[in-house]
Amino acid sequence: MMRNAPVQHVSGQKSARSVPRAVESLMRWLTFASALLSVVTTFGIIWVLLSQSIPFFRAVSPIDFFTGTEWRPTREPVSYGVLPLITGTLIITVGAGIVAIPLGLLSAIFLSEYASVRVRSILKPLLELLAGIPTVVYGYFGLFFVTPLLKPLLPGIQSSNALAGAIVVGIMILPLVSSLCEDALAAVPRPLRDAAYALGATKAEVTTRTTVPAALSGIMAAFILALSRALGETMAVALAAGSTPQLTFNPTQSVQTMTAYIVSTSKGDAPAGTMKSYSLFAVGVTLFAFTLFLNVIAARLVRKFRQVYA
Amino acid sequence: MMTASSYTRKRRRKDGAFRALCFTAVAFSVLLLFIFLIKIVHDGAPRFSLEFIGSPLSGRPARTGIWPAVVGSLWIMALTGALSVPIGVAAAIYLEEFTLKKTAFIRFIQLNISNLAGVPSIVYGLLGLAVFSRWFNLQQSILAGAFTMSLLVLPMVIIVTQEALRAVPQSYRDGSLALGSTRWQAIRLQVLPAAMPGILTGVILAMSRAVGETAPLIVVGAASFVPGAPSKLNDLYTVLPIQIFDWSLESRKGFNDAAASAILFLMLLLLSMNSLAIWLRARSASRSVR
Repeated sequence: MMRNAPVQHVSGQKSARSVPRAVESLMRWLTFASALLSVVTTFGIIWVLLSQSIPFFRAVSPIDFFTGTEWRPTREPVSYGVLPLITGTLIITVGAGIVAIPLGLLSAIFLSEYASVRVRSILKPLLELLAGIPTVVYGYFGLFFVTPLLKPLLPGIQSSNALAGAIVVGIMILPLVSSLCEDALAAVPRPLRDAAYALGATKAEVTTRTTVPAALSGIMAAFILALSRALGETMAVALAAGSTPQLTFNPTQSVQTMTAYIVSTSKGDAPAGTMKSYSLFAVGVTLFAFTLFLNVIAARLVRKFRQVYA
Repeated sequence: MMTASSYTRKRRRKDGAFRALCFTAVAFSVLLLFIFLIKIVHDGAPRFSLEFIGSPLSGRPARTGIWPAVVGSLWIMALTGALSVPIGVAAAIYLEEFTLKKTAFIRFIQLNISNLAGVPSIVYGLLGLAVFSRWFNLQQSILAGAFTMSLLVLPMVIIVTQEALRAVPQSYRDGSLALGSTRWQAIRLQVLPAAMPGILTGVILAMSRAVGETAPLIVVGAASFVPGAPSKLNDLYTVLPIQIFDWSLESRKGFNDAAASAILFLMLLLLSMNSLAIWLRARSASRSVR
């Protein structure tokens, strides 16, 4: 008994040291598994989008899908030409860009180059507040504020229309454009500006001819990221721009975007295994491809921009 | 031929005009915010009352309330938080604390997380529909919605936590390790407490994103007409933004106004969450100065 005691003591000490070690490796594995979940999610998205849209593309040839001009999934004769959804999405995206890009860039220039610390500390949280408004609320504004405002100007306008959708989505992505552009401007080294001032340039000249060109790749990345956000925006366009899939470039008409189609079809009944359900994923994979394309370009631009000044 | 002084004057005028233009852009954006807020209060205030918040749904616009949607939103927020915060913080700890070298694999995970943050929310809805609703057979339950929402906010939680961890001085870790702690002990006892205000701020912002998000929940089958509040994980449910969406599409004006009242409540909820986040950030900033 006595001889065993010291041994027990030693082994006790050993386990006291090995418990933290076991916890250590357990935590390392747990945290690793958590980090891996993001990779699983990505593959999950790709797998789901592809596997669920393959049955769709077996029934509808991709050529008919991408070149067809009629999107009529519920009424006979059914037709799955995605072009009306794509043009609807592009009208909204381009329109939102026209609203958000000039306003956002000029706001960023004011905040980064002109505003005093105090003014900036007031204005910036207000813009962030604009960014925090839920997208469905923007849809409400489109329906009940922007469209009534447009009615006297454009008498033929429909109660949901692409123009109102583009305007509210533009306002929605404005804070994003502004804050990303501001980051890009802030990263331009001070001496570059000083050199321009030393040559006698005014502040407007320094900004438009030195600072903005120097930050250009970052600014372009900001624009593209914002457009990608507009492209994937759902609730605001589902309310403000409507749910009429039609191939038109007339902004006073009601259109349907890819996202709005997915939402309005999901709201009804789309049981698993039906063409209706597969069409959701076919539109989803198209949307995903568009945003992925834009995000990759933006990432390239950001990398280029970092190489110059970091 | 322009004289030098008139040329200078012209440049100065242009300078002033450009400044005014930039200021107008900001002022206009802020003005839009105020117009929006005024519009919401104007449309929503008449119906807004404790009774409106606490009443069940009704087919008559004058009697309907938002209680089922409020409870549904709180369920989704609580479950999303409970799922995404531990996993997100753990992932951030792995990326920032357990990996000493930024290997190609770590860079891949990092790239992957920033890409996920740019995926449209509705695509998460499709993922949730295929995986949680159908494959796991969770149907249209709160659980399917919360799982989907957790995947959506996860990149955001990871990114803000990483930023908070990066802001903790290296000396905290070194000091702890020098006293013989393991890496996990240093994380748990030194790094995490120091990063906590930053993490909490980020988590609150991620949760407010979850409350305002709508599209993925519609895709995974949140219903629109749920008269009573959900009480179990597999109950049908609705959330505030979906209620707002449906009432906005109604042809009866009374429902449109009810939508505005629901927006008012949602905005007040988000505003109080954001104020809490700003207060936490300010408090931790004033502490670290001391």
